[in-house]
Amino acid sequence: MENTTYIESGTLELYVYGLLSEEENLEVSRMAKLHPEINAEILSIEKSIINLSTSFSPFLSSENFRKIKEKLELKHAKVVEMHPSNRSRYWGWAAAVLLLIAAGYQFNELQQSRSQIATTDSEKNKLQEALVASEIKGKQTQDALAVIRDKNTTVVPLGGQAVSPDSYAKVFYNKSTEVVYVDVKGLPEPPEGKVYQVWALKLNPLTPTSIGLLDSFKSDSQRIFAVSKASGAEGFGITLEPAGGSKSPTMEQLYALGKV
Amino acid sequence: MTQEELLPLILAKDQRAFTYVYDMYSKSLFAVISNLVSDREEAEDVLQETFVKIWKNIDSYNESKGRFYTWIVNIARNSSIDKLRSKGFNNRQKNLSSDNFVHLLDDSNKLIHKIDTIGIKEFVKKLKPKCIQIIDLLFFKGYTQQEASEELQIPLGTVKTQNRNCINDLRNFLQV
Repeated sequence: MENTTYIESGTLELYVYGLLSEEENLEVSRMAKLHPEINAEILSIEKSIINLSTSFSPFLSSENFRKIKEKLELKHAKVVEMHPSNRSRYWGWAAAVLLLIAAGYQFNELQQSRSQIATTDSEKNKLQEALVASEIKGKQTQDALAVIRDKNTTVVPLGGQAVSPDSYAKVFYNKSTEVVYVDVKGLPEPPEGKVYQVWALKLNPLTPTSIGLLDSFKSDSQRIFAVSKASGAEGFGITLEPAGGSKSPTMEQLYALGKV
Repeated sequence: MTQEELLPLILAKDQRAFTYVYDMYSKSLFAVISNLVSDREEAEDVLQETFVKIWKNIDSYNESKGRFYTWIVNIARNSSIDKLRSKGFNNRQKNLSSDNFVHLLDDSNKLIHKIDTIGIKEFVKKLKPKCIQIIDLLFFKGYTQQEASEELQIPLGTVKTQNRNCINDLRNFLQV
């Protein structure tokens, strides 16, 4: 089926909502693997609906997180419960006394300290996220290093092409495991709305196969990315494509190319 | 972080992954649950049950079944409906609250809400009433297309595309 028609049909939304049958689910996952633009569409739909629902969540106390951990007997990730300081406790009592005089005043105080807890909670969550993200980053760097050091890994230098002669890139290609990493430190930042796409090439006849979009180019300062496995690749190329990628490479926007 | 980066950690039952899953999705799921189970304490119970189920059944999830997020939203909806049933509600359509998700703004949490809001609620006010209903039924309440077409009295064949148009409006607003 024509991809645009498929996307426009509204099936992908139902896929994200979880309303398709098992069979239809398999079909969508298969299409998403084959076509990067379908996959990108699914991610955007998911993001929008997560955003929408998240912003409608009632206040969620961190007590819930603690109780779940307790039920699962998870350790090492103790949540530090936020206790109100003595000062705010004093204010709490003061407010309670004042309640006798003015119940409305106390209500206001309560709302304020609740909102403080929520702020602290949300800051704490952000820190936790940052920590986990950096640990994952470290793991990824180690994985990348292991691949680069492997004795079966061939380094394929990709030279700059007409559109950008000073560009260069390197591909680390492990012929036995077929794992591919690209180092694109030598490519300029892609302009807004564009993304680099990596292609594995067979030479006779010339057949490009997309092995990945570098859509986190800007966020990853190391510029080393794992892409999909490539079987029997004889060369690699990198082109600049519209966001979401293309089915076949735009040759006028070929930035780097090299033979294995 | 994306699902693709998170999944290997989740499947290894890495405990940090649990924290991450909770941070990323708990609010979204809590909104879905609160929209079905109106009692606040019960909604919190259901949220806890949902995460316990997610973690205990994680081995039964695989990518061919769909997105990880989809899988957990389904668990949240089913747990909510179980809760309603345990209280003697047998027919979910009859007994679901007639409110849609926009009413979640009406409670006393309003003040606290300000913190994580990105103007989306202002946008929702502009969203067509039909869109609020259709997203509410299909996504928040998990109605089938058939059920939604009956409830909204629109032709079955247009449910999918009307919903798509609504999500497009939402995406234009969020720029995703």
